[in-house]
Amino acid sequence: MSGYFIETGWVNLAYLVASVLFIKGIKGLTHPRTAVSGNLTSALGMLLAVVVTLLANGLDYQWILVGAVIGGLVGGVIAVRVQMTKIPEMVALFNGFGGGASVLVAGAAFMITANPDVQTTVSTGLSGLIGAVTFSGSLIAFGKLSEILPGRQISFPGLRIFNALVGLGALACVVWLTVDPSATIAYWVIVAAALVLGITLTIPIGGADMPVVISLLNSYSGLAAAATGFVLMNNVLIIAGSLVGASGLILTKIMCVAMNRSLGHVLFGKLGPSADGPSADDVYGGKVKSTSPEEVAMLFDTAQRVLVVPGYGLAVAQAQHIVRDMANVLEERGINVEYGIHPVAGRMPGHMNVLLAEADVPYDKLREMEDINTEMEQIDVCMVVGANDVVNPVARTDPKSPIAGMPIIDVDKARTVVVVKRSLSPGFAGIPNPLFAADNCLMMFGDGKKAITELVSALKEG
Amino acid sequence: MEALVAAITVFVLAIFIGFEIITKVPPTLHTPLMSGSNAISGIALIGAIISTRSDNPKLATILGVCAVALAMVNVVGGYMVTHRMLAMFKKKR
Repeated sequence: MSGYFIETGWVNLAYLVASVLFIKGIKGLTHPRTAVSGNLTSALGMLLAVVVTLLANGLDYQWILVGAVIGGLVGGVIAVRVQMTKIPEMVALFNGFGGGASVLVAGAAFMITANPDVQTTVSTGLSGLIGAVTFSGSLIAFGKLSEILPGRQISFPGLRIFNALVGLGALACVVWLTVDPSATIAYWVIVAAALVLGITLTIPIGGADMPVVISLLNSYSGLAAAATGFVLMNNVLIIAGSLVGASGLILTKIMCVAMNRSLGHVLFGKLGPSADGPSADDVYGGKVKSTSPEEVAMLFDTAQRVLVVPGYGLAVAQAQHIVRDMANVLEERGINVEYGIHPVAGRMPGHMNVLLAEADVPYDKLREMEDINTEMEQIDVCMVVGANDVVNPVARTDPKSPIAGMPIIDVDKARTVVVVKRSLSPGFAGIPNPLFAADNCLMMFGDGKKAITELVSALKEG
Repeated sequence: MEALVAAITVFVLAIFIGFEIITKVPPTLHTPLMSGSNAISGIALIGAIISTRSDNPKLATILGVCAVALAMVNVVGGYMVTHRMLAMFKKKR
């Protein structure tokens, strides 16, 4: 694999520099202030790695250019045009492309390796396996997120046994490849089996669990690149792939903790039964107080601290900009407005923060769940917009509830809670929310955008 | 064997570095972190470029060019969309 215009030592040194730039780049993401330059640092690392690689002898530049222009244009157009609400779909798609690229690279590399040894065949097999699962799994996740496919859990009897058999079959082919490296066909059988597996593993997972799934697939796309690095014995692939693998795993864990579910439950199980809990009538009967925008406007007359707790319903109603307008009006009156963000408020890790940033909400107004919970007693008015399960106090109080133990934002401890919601319908967990019937809670029924628009005009008149 | 051990060493150390720095990324930036990771996983582009060497079988070149296109979507799209998102994160005026 030698043959560069410069010594391979220099090439590898440049790869080391690129790896350091990737690490520096991610480190920049530890604060919003340094994040933009961090991203550029990481991009510079990629540029360096690519330029150095292009110095190899005998490359087919013409065809590389064709591929690069097509891919670059597609990526560029997606990046410029994608709506912020659709970022989860885009990330799902990109996870898949990363996995697909690794499958093709490992396949091509295996084809040109004379007398591959055990480590090459095993890493080629793993690269094909992980990459192909990532590719088809991500396309299914994309389909579910963009509602091309139904978001509910789709399952059939014997699915787990089927998956186990396909998985074992793929592993058997890895062994086959190791025993007989000339059997290139074995590689493509692995890829085919893994493509099926990616579909059958992702299709039974419900829409509510998609934040976990895309985080996990993000991790896989990195691990596939790392496995390809073992095929090519290329350190920059191994390092960059491991960084992405680690990142995806961390986010997967954070999402699981935030939903109080184990990874095994997300991948193979279902939500616990909710039938034996109290019925909606028991919880709400005669205790729910409905309010009007004018009444809520008056609540703010005496308020000093206001907390907005957004859920995905806010983004669906496209209400983030009007919420920001409301905050502007309140801040002009000297009221402190902050936002309490639950980790699964959006449809992927950190999604709600991006949606609010797009609406010009300053990032230092966004407070994490644990952080704001310690100050909840000092909040005069808490506005819950389009969120349900993540503010359901049952998670703290009823150990038998399906969401028992799930971390929530303790909005019920604020002095007054105003919930903006279309109806009393349950969230993903399918259980009633006693918050709505609490003494300090007022329900402002209606579409989030419309209700808050009315509230803003009531505030301006008042 | 020695080369393999060296590669595993790099792999394990990189995983540890990854865990150390990524746990410090605040939840506010988790979405840009994921789209930025998308871009980094486009590193497969390096392998894709190498597969197009003209002394390779034609099929390897074809696979390589397809991989170049897929990886470039990630690299260009990933960095650009991350930049677009990060530019929206502003401090209070």
